[in-house]
Amino acid sequence: MNWLWSNLDLVGELMLVHLALSVPAIILSFVISVPIGWLAHRYRWSRGVLLSLCGLLYAIPSLALFVALPPITGLSLRSPLNLVIALTLYGIAVIVRTSADAFDSVEPDIRQSATAVGYSAVGRFWGVELPLAGPVLLSGVRVVIVSTVSLATVGAVIGVPSLGSLFTDGFQRGIQAEIVTGIVATIVLALALDWASVLIGRLLLPWSRPSASARRLSVARVERVDAA
Amino acid sequence: MIEFRRVTKQFPDGTVAVEDVDIVMPPHKTTVLVGSSGSGKTTLLRMINRMVDPTGGQVLIDGMDVATQDPVQLRRGIGYVMQNSGLLPHRKVIDNVATVPLLRGVGKREAYAHALELLDTVGLDRSLADRYPSQLSGGQQQRVGVARGLAVDPNILLMDEPFGAVDPIVRAELQQELLRLQGELGKTVVFVTHDIDEAFLLGDQVVIMQQGGKISQAASPAEILAHPADDFVADFVGADRGKRALHVTEVDGRNVVVDADGRPAGVLTS
Ligand SMILES: Nc1ncnc2c1ncn2[C@@H]1O[C@H](COP(=O)(O)OP(=O)(O)O)[C@@H](O)[C@H]1O
Ligand SMILES: [Mg+2]
Repeated sequence: MNWLWSNLDLVGELMLVHLALSVPAIILSFVISVPIGWLAHRYRWSRGVLLSLCGLLYAIPSLALFVALPPITGLSLRSPLNLVIALTLYGIAVIVRTSADAFDSVEPDIRQSATAVGYSAVGRFWGVELPLAGPVLLSGVRVVIVSTVSLATVGAVIGVPSLGSLFTDGFQRGIQAEIVTGIVATIVLALALDWASVLIGRLLLPWSRPSASARRLSVARVERVDAA
Repeated sequence: MIEFRRVTKQFPDGTVAVEDVDIVMPPHKTTVLVGSSGSGKTTLLRMINRMVDPTGGQVLIDGMDVATQDPVQLRRGIGYVMQNSGLLPHRKVIDNVATVPLLRGVGKREAYAHALELLDTVGLDRSLADRYPSQLSGGQQQRVGVARGLAVDPNILLMDEPFGAVDPIVRAELQQELLRLQGELGKTVVFVTHDIDEAFLLGDQVVIMQQGGKISQAASPAEILAHPADDFVADFVGADRGKRALHVTEVDGRNVVVDADGRPAGVLTS
């Protein structure tokens, strides 16, 4: 505890740095995964190819990816941008399948009815498919948030500061309180971002909660009709 | 007027859903397509608004081949109501009704004001305007679907088993409501059902389809009952059995009409 009180400034600063690494990676992986997920959803051939590629990506050990990127991007190994790119790639690998599932989850009936009343293909994507994929996309983003915040700590090993620096420093100097602080702070950060994403989801998808219970109701209704 | 000229639809997998169909659907009348599941009703209906394009023949609206028209613009001018309402679950009732006018570039104020009037037209309380579709009953959802179909005041209204998923009491109510609306509005309605009673109730012209997407008979309900084109039609409409095979017996000096099972259906008044 003493250690924490005398190093509050440092912990606060590292939290901000950690945020600055993870938030852009989370947003980027979401934005990039949506079109990839849509493509995977849209065509049978692309689904297999895209999902396998993302699976492979995820199988690359994180340290290896951090080290392999600089020669390709021309960035320094210790550049935070290098880490953000690596985190984004992992984020995409994590969320693409969910993003394809999200578009699969839009009922064909609703897509057809949107077409029937005169939505163009583009208008239908923005006005119907994307919002209706929202709840499942959000569940994917929540997984990405937790995995990105936790993975960002590994950057400390290659010298990109983050809350992970508290582990590396704590190990080197044998300060247990520092290590524990690092772990707790990482968890708190992940939970805070998760909570924020749920809040944003509630604002953007106000319809998704009542309809979830109603969908169960209408399923029950259909089953009754079928039974009759 | 909608006219099918030798229209065939074969899907890429080889299924012939509609074969060599010739039919005229007169303006301001209701044409009902009736047949069992898989007889090509939906496919036939969807060739009118180019959701499906024929592989042979032509579909004309007021003499114009629909194939020459932009599908999106064409659909924005034709009302479409389907089973399970097809409402957008993430848009409020009012937004659902105003969708197509907004797509067509009508101003927001005007679109919403008109949408509220349409709720009146289909017998829905305006207080439902701010609900999401999932917060409505099945019958109410179908009414919203009809309101949405009417929103651009289309000449043509396509309805694909619109009352198929609601319970029989609500269905009867919606059928009466549609008859009332049609009496007021006089749209060219094309209505799909697999229920012959519904077809006879709503149709000025009834088109009986059989497997393979062929038309067995297209005529008024009375003509079909009087002269079924073949055994398939006679069997399908039940002309020789049950409640449609009526005969007259005299009871205390009055002519009572009874069905094949002997149940009274009414009294002859002349
Ligand atoms: N997109 C499609 N691809 C292949 N076959 C189809 C397609 N849509 C419908 N069919 C087939 O065409 C036939 C007629 O279908 P449909 O018009 O939906 O019949 P109905 O509405 O009378 O039940 C059925 O055999 C159906 O399986
Ligand atoms: Mg059908």
